[in-house]
Amino acid sequence: MPYPVPRFLNAGDEAIVVEFGNDISLETNGQVHALAEAAEDAVIEGVIGVVPSYRSALVQYDSMRTTQTEVREALESLLEELSRQPEDDKERSSVVHVPVLYGGDFGPDIDFVAEHNGISVEEVVTLHTEPLYPVYMMGFSPGFPYLGGLSERLVTPRMQTPRVEIPAGSVGIAEAQTGVYPVASPGGWRLIGRTPLSFFDHKRTPPSLLDAGDFVRFTPLQDEAEYEGIAEQVKSGEYAPVTEARE
Amino acid sequence: MTRDAFKVESPGPLTTVQDLGRYVYQRFGVPVSGAMDRFALRAGNLLVGNRAGAAALEFTLAGPSLLALRTCRVAVTGAEAPVELDGAPVPQWQAFEAPEGSTLKLGAATDGLRGYLCLGGGIDVPSVLGSRSTYLKSGFGGHEGRALREGDVLRAGRPQLGSVVKQDEPDPAYAPYYGIEHEVRVVLGPQHDAFTDEGKFTLLNSLYTVSPQSDRVGYRLVGPTVEHSGSSDIVSDGAPMGAVQVPGDGQPIVLMADRGVTGGYPKIATVISADLPLIAQARPDDSVRFRAVTVEEAEEIRWEQEAVLLALTGFAERPSGSSYSVTVGGAAYEVVDSNGRHLSLPPDSTRQVESAAHAVRTSTGEFEFDLELGLRTSE
Repeated sequence: MPYPVPRFLNAGDEAIVVEFGNDISLETNGQVHALAEAAEDAVIEGVIGVVPSYRSALVQYDSMRTTQTEVREALESLLEELSRQPEDDKERSSVVHVPVLYGGDFGPDIDFVAEHNGISVEEVVTLHTEPLYPVYMMGFSPGFPYLGGLSERLVTPRMQTPRVEIPAGSVGIAEAQTGVYPVASPGGWRLIGRTPLSFFDHKRTPPSLLDAGDFVRFTPLQDEAEYEGIAEQVKSGEYAPVTEARE
Repeated sequence: MTRDAFKVESPGPLTTVQDLGRYVYQRFGVPVSGAMDRFALRAGNLLVGNRAGAAALEFTLAGPSLLALRTCRVAVTGAEAPVELDGAPVPQWQAFEAPEGSTLKLGAATDGLRGYLCLGGGIDVPSVLGSRSTYLKSGFGGHEGRALREGDVLRAGRPQLGSVVKQDEPDPAYAPYYGIEHEVRVVLGPQHDAFTDEGKFTLLNSLYTVSPQSDRVGYRLVGPTVEHSGSSDIVSDGAPMGAVQVPGDGQPIVLMADRGVTGGYPKIATVISADLPLIAQARPDDSVRFRAVTVEEAEEIRWEQEAVLLALTGFAERPSGSSYSVTVGGAAYEVVDSNGRHLSLPPDSTRQVESAAHAVRTSTGEFEFDLELGLRTSE
């Protein structure tokens, strides 16, 4: 649950934190993204960066152009405006479809995840493609989404010894989290599939497939031919991500 | 005319292109990066007539050797290191000219860790996601997304006439001395509530040693354990430069330019902006002592530091969009604004110009701007 009134926390003389709660929930996170977007749109004098996360927004400013007091006052009036807005105006997030080829070489740990949870591989795919996953925040590395909403029946511990290299696009599970590796990197997540989509490319506008506040729907691919077909389109820049509006 | 400025003869241990960083894409997980010591970067840029945030070279431990491919205006700031132009010593924190064909050699740092080589017009590399800073881990920004190598050619950007306003004679006596014992001021928060009173007391009354496992991401400190009041895990949130995070082992880490956008350890305090250069210049085995101040005190200290920057360089950055006049003597000039419009300036004339985004074309058709040429700006 969000706090009744957001808290302002000191973060030095070049940033201030607006904390909306101490939990991981859609309600708290929704307030974070509403403020982050309003702060970016409002172009507050001296504000140079806004970092939305699970339950707070870090607002960075140039202390030669403004002061903490001025930034705080500007944020307070934005919060005031937001509190007067009707609820249905605030929920305008998009759902991004992420096609995944599950199992086989692309998801070498899918049998382990099935076995660990006492279900079949088909059930792993069904349970993983069912939910709408909120992108609570981005971090760790460019384009890496922190997703909420993994089914309790898919919770699986990390590998004891992380793999040295995991291919870009790998879809994995670590405890109650699921996510996608945007670039090849070492990692200990249990890999259940791979997407041909590119999650981050600094040469593209926008560089990131996902934005904090979006939702993700994983859609199963039939076979490697379908995967390669999309991969080709992604490579040539012809692929347009499938999106839908969320009610 | 080519704007090739320098050929790298030897790159030094870690030399990258940095500006003031990449703030806008943090929401997509892209770290800020940028200069570790922003005071030194800004001072060097002002000295050569650039806007304070222009891209420059940041070197670590020891500097590069560069062959000047054209006459360049240069200033070397930050860590104290011998600077030699064709073998003759050149002072730091002062602008000088490196003539075409000369070799500029920067040696090993004797005080501090990171030096900055600023070039008139800035280092011309593509702006990636709104910044020219190098982010090594993902390999983008700066010079081809990597540290400099032997044989690289660096281009100079086009000088921006009127970026700075001369206020006074520069006085290098204001250059900082970093030393090996650093008193670093912090503002408590955002998560000082996650620590016991004893934990906070420990942080503010102990001597910490800089670990060799310190880099552009963060400075690891070794010393008395800072006690958490509860769990050492928090719901991950955003971290500014200078955040002092304390993981479960109780040993503080000061997060710096290449920090991840978010982190999951509680941040007991934040280093004030005026003291961040002390951390950036600290070497392994240096000692750090923290002292708490209020936000208002931190703001006051920063303004005092800005006064030092002005006294040191003699220049202030001109606010963008302000108008100023250009006075020329002897030769005819053309001023080209950011929209490509030309204003011809006959010899011995003065013209009012509107914005800082202007370049000057001499009668020989070359773009050139030099503070010493007699092209003066005044309010």
